[in-house]
Amino acid sequence: MTLYFLDFVLLVIGIYALVAKRHVVKKILGVAIMEYSVNFFLILIGFREAGVAPILTKDMDMATFIKTAVDPLPQALVLTSIVIGLGTLALMVSIAIRLYERYGTFDMHEINRLRG
Amino acid sequence: METIIILHIILVFMIIGSIITVEIKNMLSAVISVGAVGFALSLAFLFLEAPDIAITQVIVEVLALVILIRATINVDNVAIEKREHILSDRTALIFVGMILVFAWFAFRSLPPFGEPSMRVSQYYLTHGLREVGATNFVTSVILDYRGYDTLGEAIVLFTSISGSFAILRRLKKEQHKDFLRIDREH
Repeated sequence: MTLYFLDFVLLVIGIYALVAKRHVVKKILGVAIMEYSVNFFLILIGFREAGVAPILTKDMDMATFIKTAVDPLPQALVLTSIVIGLGTLALMVSIAIRLYERYGTFDMHEINRLRG
Repeated sequence: METIIILHIILVFMIIGSIITVEIKNMLSAVISVGAVGFALSLAFLFLEAPDIAITQVIVEVLALVILIRATINVDNVAIEKREHILSDRTALIFVGMILVFAWFAFRSLPPFGEPSMRVSQYYLTHGLREVGATNFVTSVILDYRGYDTLGEAIVLFTSISGSFAILRRLKKEQHKDFLRIDREH
């Protein structure tokens, strides 16, 4: 419960950076922090007390493995989500670099003022 | 029990790191501290019994740091100081606090930590070895049971990479002059 809440604090810090900061790269970093928090939350939900990783080795018994393994489904989906996060980060950074080339600043308000 | 304490410590470290990221003036330091947050996240994945994700997180974090440093290394390195309205920051903080209060009530309906509801995953764990033949069940979910999701992930990745290539492609000289036409003295 407190773990969920602390993780949510992380998400909220990301939202704050996205809303209140004017620097474009700070906004991108806020999105990255939100992404970390969501991935961590999904893994936290799938954790099992005193669990083992969902990898079967030779000396394991199948019945106890089924009872103790942590949830493999959120792990698999978070694996894809992390990689997608890298792709979107690259896209955002390239847009930011082009914005800097065109306007000469990273300030969001300045860019809004200079449009045309 | 120790796992929970260690996870609390890592989470507090991540929160401190992200506050530094948001509030520090120098952009390069902000990027580096977000990297520290990412590596702490990978450590937390190890303690949560998710080794595949920990490895992926480390690799992705290194690549993301390289990309972000490329964005900040050649340009003015200082965060924007002036804010025209102190009220906008305060409003954002108030709304963020309200989100936190509502979340505290919403978390009561979640299953308690350490007892996941594994309705679908129980099937994967029981039948995965016979039906797929992989001893790593994360792999069997990615590549067999949820194979179409992985295909969609590849499509998203391809789209975003081709998008950033289209944005960052080298323009012809005339086009480039047009592109940079907006003067800075406005």
